[in-house]
Amino acid sequence: MAVKITVSGEVITAYLDGEIDHHTAGVMRNEIDAAVEKNMPTMLVLDFRDVSFMDSSGIGLVMGRYKVIKPYGGELHITNTSPHIGKVMKLAGLDRLAKMDR
Amino acid sequence: MKDEIKIVIPSRSQNESFARVAVGAFVARLDPTLEELNDIKTAVSEAVTNCIVHAYRDTIGKIYITVSAEGETVKIRIRDYGCGIEDIDKAKQPLFTTGGEERAGLGFAVMESFTDKLRVRSTVGKGTTVTMQKKISVKDDTKK
Repeated sequence: MAVKITVSGEVITAYLDGEIDHHTAGVMRNEIDAAVEKNMPTMLVLDFRDVSFMDSSGIGLVMGRYKVIKPYGGELHITNTSPHIGKVMKLAGLDRLAKMDR
Repeated sequence: MKDEIKIVIPSRSQNESFARVAVGAFVARLDPTLEELNDIKTAVSEAVTNCIVHAYRDTIGKIYITVSAEGETVKIRIRDYGCGIEDIDKAKQPLFTTGGEERAGLGFAVMESFTDKLRVRSTVGKGTTVTMQKKISVKDDTKK
C-alpha cells in the first residue's frame, strides 16, 4: 500500500509510504483524490513520515492535490517531512501553497 | 584508471527506482554525506524520468547511464535516443513542462540545484545527453 487514508470528521489524513517518484505518484494521487471526492474535507493532511525518497514528482503530487482541495474551500497541510523532502519542497516554494510543519 | 560503471535500462517507469539506487550504491563507496547521496539520487531520478516522460513519450527506448568517480568528483551521464529537446533554455525554466497537469516542471531545476554542474546537449529527433557533476566532501578522519 502506497498510501493509508484516515478520515476524521472533515479532516482527511493521507499517510504516504515509501518512495515518491513518477512511477509511484500516480497510484497515490488516485487514492487520495477518491477519498477527497467522497468526503469533501475542509482539511487534507499529507503525512510524509514514512516517505524515504521524493523527487519532483512529489512536488507535482502536492501541487495537484492543492488544486483538488481548493474548490471545496479546503486547506492543505504537509507534515513530518525529512530534511531531504523539505529541501525538495522548498525548491518548489510549496511552503507558499500549503501549511508546512516539519 | 578512473572507476566507471555503465547501466542500460528500458524506459519503463518502474526502472526509475533501480536507476537511482544503482547510482547511489556506486556513489556510496566514496563515503558521501546522506545529503549528498540523496541529492545525487534525486538528480538521477529527474533525468531518468525526463527520458521516460519526454524522450520516449509513446514508446519504450533504452536509457544509457554512465557513472564515474575521479578523486572526490562524481560524473553522471544519462543519454537517450528519443525525441530531443527543441528549446533547452525553455525546458530548463522552472515550472515549464509539456508533461501535463501532474508534472511540476522542476526536473532541470532540481538537477541544477542538487549538483555542482549540469550540461544538456540535445538534437531534435536524435536524443539528449545530460551530464552532471558533483563533488563529494572529504571527511577529516584524523578528528575522529
